[in-house]
Amino acid sequence: MVKKLFSFIQKFYVAIIFLILYSPVIVLMVLSFNDSKSRVIWGGFTLKWYSRMFNSSIIVETFIVTVTLALLSAAIAVVLGTAACVGIEAMRRRNKQIVLGATNIPLLNADIVTGISLMLFFSRFLNAGFPTLLIAHITFELPYVILSIMPRMRQINTNAYNAALDLGATPLYAFFKIILPEIFPGIITGFIMALTMSLDDFTISYFTKGPGVSTLPTMIYSELRKGVKPEMYALSTLMFLAVLILLVIVNLKGSPMLSKPFANAKNGGKKHAQTMRYRR
Amino acid sequence: MKSSRLRRLVAAPYLVWIVGFTILPLITIIYYAFTERGTNSFTFKNILAIRDPIHFNALVLSLWVAFLSTLICLLLAYPLSYILSKLKNGRGRFVVFLFVLPMWMNHILRTLALQNLLSNTGVINGILEFLRLPTLNIMNTPTAIIIGMVYTYLPFMILPIYNSIAKIDDGVIDAAYDLGASGFTVFRRLILPLSLPGIISGITMVFVPSISEFVIADMLGGSKTLLIGNVIEQEFTVGSNWNLGSGLSVVLMVFIVASMVIMQRYDGDGEGAALW
Repeated sequence: MVKKLFSFIQKFYVAIIFLILYSPVIVLMVLSFNDSKSRVIWGGFTLKWYSRMFNSSIIVETFIVTVTLALLSAAIAVVLGTAACVGIEAMRRRNKQIVLGATNIPLLNADIVTGISLMLFFSRFLNAGFPTLLIAHITFELPYVILSIMPRMRQINTNAYNAALDLGATPLYAFFKIILPEIFPGIITGFIMALTMSLDDFTISYFTKGPGVSTLPTMIYSELRKGVKPEMYALSTLMFLAVLILLVIVNLKGSPMLSKPFANAKNGGKKHAQTMRYRR
Repeated sequence: MKSSRLRRLVAAPYLVWIVGFTILPLITIIYYAFTERGTNSFTFKNILAIRDPIHFNALVLSLWVAFLSTLICLLLAYPLSYILSKLKNGRGRFVVFLFVLPMWMNHILRTLALQNLLSNTGVINGILEFLRLPTLNIMNTPTAIIIGMVYTYLPFMILPIYNSIAKIDDGVIDAAYDLGASGFTVFRRLILPLSLPGIISGITMVFVPSISEFVIADMLGGSKTLLIGNVIEQEFTVGSNWNLGSGLSVVLMVFIVASMVIMQRYDGDGEGAALW
C-alpha cells in the first residue's frame, strides 16, 4: 500500500515537471494555429499565419540569412576544426593542453562577454554585418566541433596511418583513407551541433550583427516591444519540428545523443567545457 | 618524425583563428575596461564603477537570483534524476531526452510563452480565476525572473545528475542493503557522495549562465528589475559608454571565473561531468 502510494507520488512528480517544461512549447504551438491575434484568447483554428509567413518577404529573407549563416559557419567550423584536431593530436602534451585550454574560452565565458569582446574588436577593423556575424558564429561553434571530433581522434590507431605512409601514401592520401573515415561520425555530430547552436544563438548575434542584418532570434527580440507577429510562432513551430526530425535521424544512426540536445542552448556550453576539462 | 611536424602545421589556421578571434577580442575588452573614454588614458574608474549603487545592486541581485535559481533547480532535479535513474535502462535515457527536448525551441520565444503563461491576464491566472482561486501577480518581479531561469536551465541540472546517478553500480547498493544498511543510510553514504560530481557540474552549468543572463530579466522582470547583464547590455546599446560597459564585463568575468574555481575545488575526480 505504502509502496504503491510512493510509486504514484514519483510518477506524479515526474509528470508535473514534464508539464512545466512543455507548457510554454505547447502554448507556442497552439498560438501558431490561433485565429485571434491576441496571445491569450483562442479565436478558432487557422492556418493563416503559416501562409502569411511564407508570403512575408522580411521573414523569408531573415530565414534565408539565418539558415545560410548556420550552414556556412558550421561548414567552415567543421573544416577548421577537423584540421585543428589532426594537428593538435600530433602536438606535445604541454602544447596540446594550452591549445585545448584556449579552445575552452568561448565555452566558459558568458555569452554577453564573448559577444561584446568580439564587437569591440570588430569595431576597430570591420563594419558590422554578415561577415562579422559569420566570424562570430564560427568562433563560438569551433569548441563544440573540436569537442566532438577529439575523442574519436584519440581512438585512432596511429600504426595504420604510419604503415600507409611507409607504403608510400602521401600524408593527404593517408588522411582521407585512414583518419577521415574514423573521425567521420564525430565530424557529423560536430556539424549538427554547430548548426543548432548557430540557429539558436541570440546574445552573440545581437552584439555582432550590425544594423543592416538580422537573424531570426534577433528579429524576434526587436519585435518584442511592438508585439511579436503570430507568423513567428508558426515559423518557430516548423523549426522545432525540423530540428526534432534532424535529431531523430542522428539518434537512429546510433551513438547515444543525450549530450547533444544539451549543446543547443547556448549557455549550456559550459558543461561541455567542464566535461572537456575533467576528461583530460 | 617529419610527418608529425607536418601534421602539427595543419592546426595552424585554427591557432591563428583562436588568437585572432578569441584572445585578441578578450585583450580588447580588457583594454577598454582600463582606459578612459575618449582620452584612452589608463584608469581604474570603469572597474570601480561597480561601487555605484545602481551597478552594485544589479550585481548583488544577479548573484542572488542566480543562487536561488540554482538551488531550486537542484532541489527539483535531484529527486527527478533519482526517479528516472531507477527506470529500466533504455527508458530512463529516453525520458531524460524528452526532458531536454524543449530546449530546441527558440529561447526567446519560449520565454515569451512563459510571459503569456505568467502574466496577470495570462493562462495560469485564467485557470485560477475559473477555479475561483486567488490569482498570481508576479510579472515584473524577481520571482518571475527566477521562474524563467529555473525553466530555462533545469535541463542543465537534470542531465549531469542523472548521468552520475545512473553510473552508480547496482551491486554496491545491493551489497550495502545486504550488510544491513537502511534506505536512508544507503542514500547518505553511497548515492549522495557518488553523485556529487554530477551535482557540482550541474550547479556550475546553471549558476554561470544565470549570472550573466539579460534576456529573461528583460522579458519577465520588466524595466525596473535590472540584473548586471541588463546594465552591461544597456551601456553598449542605449548608454554607449563602451569603456564603462567593458569595465563591468570584466568584473562579471571575475565572478564567473571565481565561481568555477570554487566549484572545481569540491570536485575531486570530476567523473560525473563526463557526459561524452
